[in-house]
Amino acid sequence: MKILVCISKTPDTTAKIAFADNNTKFAVDGVVWIINPFDEWYALVKAIELKEADPAAVIHLVTVGLADNDPIIRKALALGGDEAIRINADSHDSYYIASQIAAIAKDGKYDLIFTGKETIDYNGSSIGGMVAELLDLPFISLATKFTLEATSAIIIREIEGGEETDNVALPLVVSCQKGMAEQRIPNMKGIMGARSKPLKVVEPTAVEAFTSIASFDLPPAKAGVKLVNADNPEELVRLLHEVAKVI
Amino acid sequence: MSILIFLDQADGHIKKSSFEAAAYGAAIALQMGTTAEAIVLGNGIDDLAAVGNYGVTKVHTVKNDALNHMDAQVFTKIIADAATAMGATVVVFSNNFNGKAIAPRLSVRLKAGLVSGAVALPETAAGFVVKKNVFSGKAFANVAINTAIKIITLNPNSFSVITSVATAEVTEFAATVDAAKVKVTNTNKTIGEVPLSEAKIVVSGGRGLKGPENWSLVTDLAKLLGAATACSRPVADIGWRPHHEHVGQTGLAIAPNLYFAIGISGAIQHLAGVNRSKTIVVINKDPEAPFFKAADYGIVGDAFEVMPKIIDAVKKLKGVA
Ligand SMILES: Cc1cc2nc3c(=O)[nH]c(=O)nc-3n(C[C@H](O)[C@H](O)[C@H](O)COP(=O)(O)OP(=O)(O)OC[C@H]3O[C@@H](n4cnc5c(N)ncnc54)[C@H](O)[C@@H]3O)c2cc1C
Repeated sequence: MKILVCISKTPDTTAKIAFADNNTKFAVDGVVWIINPFDEWYALVKAIELKEADPAAVIHLVTVGLADNDPIIRKALALGGDEAIRINADSHDSYYIASQIAAIAKDGKYDLIFTGKETIDYNGSSIGGMVAELLDLPFISLATKFTLEATSAIIIREIEGGEETDNVALPLVVSCQKGMAEQRIPNMKGIMGARSKPLKVVEPTAVEAFTSIASFDLPPAKAGVKLVNADNPEELVRLLHEVAKVI
Repeated sequence: MSILIFLDQADGHIKKSSFEAAAYGAAIALQMGTTAEAIVLGNGIDDLAAVGNYGVTKVHTVKNDALNHMDAQVFTKIIADAATAMGATVVVFSNNFNGKAIAPRLSVRLKAGLVSGAVALPETAAGFVVKKNVFSGKAFANVAINTAIKIITLNPNSFSVITSVATAEVTEFAATVDAAKVKVTNTNKTIGEVPLSEAKIVVSGGRGLKGPENWSLVTDLAKLLGAATACSRPVADIGWRPHHEHVGQTGLAIAPNLYFAIGISGAIQHLAGVNRSKTIVVINKDPEAPFFKAADYGIVGDAFEVMPKIIDAVKKLKGVA
């Protein structure tokens, strides 16, 4: 069993969102970077659980980014995983990133490729589907449960107002969200061990991006809250009906 | 040249978010001086001619029982073939569960740039630039698509739908339907509840409600308003409510017309997933709760005292005894 887990670096959830260079770039000054929570909590931990059940399993991590991604990938290795590959490129275009991952995945002959459901910065939710199409593999998006059988997987995925159970033969690509696994904290042994795990840096293959970010905007500020007295909640219902017209 | 809209269906009904995608695609067609056509896959789907009300002139159908379940590989191939056959320059999806599975594949197959989670019509005066949510709703990015064919997934509830009475022509698209590699063995739906991702009104509870036994304060109001229910992350983590109700940066991001938050502090990660809601109401006993800064209306008070009175007032408004 060979598993590839896609890891992305994102700003911390409390990072101040501001833009530089005439609103064309995310302002990175003072930003603390983390592993994208969906990649860490669900995709990576699920892979670790599979390896715990089958010690012969091998987990590789892959990230597309420059050298400032190394602390993030080392942190991921501290949680689990046998080795990591960093593709030395900087891009926000999903097709470019997916093409780099697919190139690695093609050589690696993985049985399973896990991604998080989306990154919390660009919210694309696209890498998994693109990698699957590039490799001509089945893709299950937004999975909440994953159970491995002999040569297939039983996966529950979210649909409008419910869930669907799928049975799919390996290899395949899965995007993971809440329910797949529980967040873990790296322990001292993991952190020490991560230092000596291989981190391979490879150069990107030539790919033309499909999209480019022209600019960013911040949403307009709220006008301020209108407070209603707690003794008169009926007034809130009247305001929602007559003024906001939402009920 | 034309605009192609994918209409997502379940149990024979077109999803609400797909009607939004249809109206959005029709508006792009108008802007670009072309026509909007739609494609729907599966058997036994209700009144397709009525999709004309959303500005679509033609609906292509592929009637096949095998297509009643979505398989991203099979669907992608059919939609790609249809887009190529009709010379579509823009393909529109809802950014819903199925849209997120199909659109990225189609992007690769058609070598077409994808913007997912669009919140406004594209700027087409110079180039093709689409505004989308980034940083979980804390900002927008204006993304240029630089390929000949463009793919957009529209965020639910972010485009106002205008309808007029019109009939769409319904024609069969002769597609090759591959065997699905994904076998659907079960679907499980909570009948009668409004899906959170599509809801116009959402009533949400946090840790301030103290325990699952008090959730009737949320569910009673939701039922009266025809709303979906949601919760903060710790509430889902402790198991008071199911995981799919968790909204926020690491749960579902939503943008209903009304978000009603009860006993939720308004942490930055919670706000990230809900701050695109048009109207936000906060009930919290702590006047310093950060949520009040993001709210339109609020009551500083104890939810256990305030909510029964609000529920009574809504009953009166709705004429429910
Ligand atoms: C990486 C990361 C990601 C996260 N992602 C998310 C996410 O996606 N979604 C999310 O929700 N959270 C997320 N969180 C957690 C977030 O930081 C908060 O801890 C969480 O939102 C708090 O939930 P809460 O408001 O229900 O509970 P609390 O913070 O405990 O707040 C309870 C509130 O209820 C009020 N209250 C108490 N009693 C009453 C009463 N009787 N009447 C009225 N009000 C009352 C209190 O004044 C308080 O404001 C994330 C955190 C991290 C670190």
